Amino acid sequence: MAEELKNKTTGHHGEGGHDGHGKGKKAKRRHHIDASIKPGSAKYVWASISHNRGAQFGMIFIVLIIGLSLLSPYICRYEYSATDFAAMKAWPSFKHLFGTDDLGRDILSRVLYGARYTLVIGILSTVLSAILGIIMGAVAGYFGGAVDSCLMRFLDLFQAFPSLVLAMAFCAVFGTGVDKCILALGITGIPGFARLMRANILRIRNMEYIESATTINCPTWKIIARHIIPNAISPIIVEIAMSISRNGLASSSLSFLGLGVQEPKPEWGQMLASTRNYIRDFPYMVIIPGIFIVLTVLSFNLLGDAFRDALDPNLKD
Amino acid sequence: MIRYVVKRLLIMIPTLLAVGIIMFTLMNFVPGDPAQLALGSGVHTEAEIEAKRVALGLDRPFVVRLGEYITNIFTKFDFGKSLIDGTDIKWELMKRFPHTAKIAIFSIVLTVVVGLPLGIYTAVHANSAGDRVSLFVTLLFDCMPSFWTALMLVLLFSLKLKWFPSSGAKSLIYFVLPTIANSLGGLAGFTRQVRASMLEVVQSDYVTTARSKGLPEREVIYGHALPNALIPILTVIGMRFGSMLGGATIIEVVFSVPGIGQYLVNSINNRDYNACTGGIIFIAFTFALVMLLTDLLYAFVDPRIKAQYVSSNKKKVK
Repeated sequence: MAEELKNKTTGHHGEGGHDGHGKGKKAKRRHHIDASIKPGSAKYVWASISHNRGAQFGMIFIVLIIGLSLLSPYICRYEYSATDFAAMKAWPSFKHLFGTDDLGRDILSRVLYGARYTLVIGILSTVLSAILGIIMGAVAGYFGGAVDSCLMRFLDLFQAFPSLVLAMAFCAVFGTGVDKCILALGITGIPGFARLMRANILRIRNMEYIESATTINCPTWKIIARHIIPNAISPIIVEIAMSISRNGLASSSLSFLGLGVQEPKPEWGQMLASTRNYIRDFPYMVIIPGIFIVLTVLSFNLLGDAFRDALDPNLKD
Repeated sequence: MIRYVVKRLLIMIPTLLAVGIIMFTLMNFVPGDPAQLALGSGVHTEAEIEAKRVALGLDRPFVVRLGEYITNIFTKFDFGKSLIDGTDIKWELMKRFPHTAKIAIFSIVLTVVVGLPLGIYTAVHANSAGDRVSLFVTLLFDCMPSFWTALMLVLLFSLKLKWFPSSGAKSLIYFVLPTIANSLGGLAGFTRQVRASMLEVVQSDYVTTARSKGLPEREVIYGHALPNALIPILTVIGMRFGSMLGGATIIEVVFSVPGIGQYLVNSINNRDYNACTGGIIFIAFTFALVMLLTDLLYAFVDPRIKAQYVSSNKKKVK
């Protein structure tokens, strides 16, 4: 039985797909960190992440893109929706750094402004699925029995579809738009968080400190809020970073299919969809928004990987 | 073993039933009047709409329609008719399924043929230069949206080099680019999963035992480590194949391949909710079927699961 359990966790790790970046690399990184810092403390996590080159890139890019996006109405020479029929389909130049699209709109302004949609949808949908998923997973794991079975069978239904198809189905029901897109992706992401949280709770529930809390008549909600959640949080943090990157990608995919954010809002996937007919003669229109999608998704992925390395319980020996 | 198969089949049926009921219910509450949609654009009198509603059977209570819909699906595999053009959804899906299946099969073959050796190599030579390069490249591919990868492939191989056609599904050559575009993102994830699974196994006790009894390294890796590392990978392959059979939606849209995914997107955009519900339930069916086969294969390959059922049988006999 233990063998099988071990095997199952292996499978789960495998599905996560970001496991194990090599022991040597981790060991090397540890040398940078002051030995007096206790592994597992917030200080240690920060030290580990700030020494990780991938995470450095990720953090810098995310801060940069958020800042530029917020400032874009003030720093860009053109408004993102302003059409200029005198400068339609202009190749990148000093006048338009990234060129203009088929309606003469400045691509630089559109890309920077459009970062808002990918980020807002990615982050808010993750918040939604994390909150609901954590609550459901915690309840299922803590109470077990019938509650657990009911909740998990219900979440199994979500697993009957490939995730993009599920998100598309929700989009069909809710309609299009930023808020609907957040809702669709948020609901789609619930089972992932719920499963992760449930597995965590099952691991922690049998720990001695939970038993002690129960013995001194600590109320159930307090045990969950004060003892279980703080101890179960580190895999959740990693999952949050991964989920933001996944949902950002999914929001672009949905918008590309015409099911997410609509014209004239410059969402990156939507920009690609509306200019892809010009790919033969004006490839920059398609290449540039794509690069921004890749860099944003990559940043959150690298950050998630760094968190995983920093919080890895194997290092806390 | 038979007990396991039966148990697995019995779990599948209520899940599919629930999927059918939930999809039908959700789509029923979508804003917009199906009768109006079926009549098409233009101004229609109240009487016309009412007549259409009766013709579509929408005047009957919700529960009756739901019951009929579910019975039709489970007894006749009948998904009803499209709201827009009145075509039989089952035949529309069947017509499109071969295209989707082709892309799915080619993609999974490509993924396994490239990803498996690469994953094994990088795990065995962990932290080597090749491993680092592979990790970086796969991470990059993992972060590329498939529609962008697809468009870049079109730009390079069909517009610049003119090697492959960029849209359609007339012959096998039309499937080259869709297959590559469909595989690249998944291939990256798959390679890393193989690597992770292999690394986990290489560090296990029985591999150390095999090494310490003096087996040649080849024998240790391919005889002892690999078969064990492959077991969790089997599920991953099954899941990927299952979701690909549900339509590589984005790839089909980019390359204008008339498959299931494209049908689904079109029906959502046309607000053809009958076709949309049918398509989604069809995808859930194929997905569930592939996952069932994967689980059975899994149980067949992994002696531990088999043993679990054999021993519990014996206990019952006692």
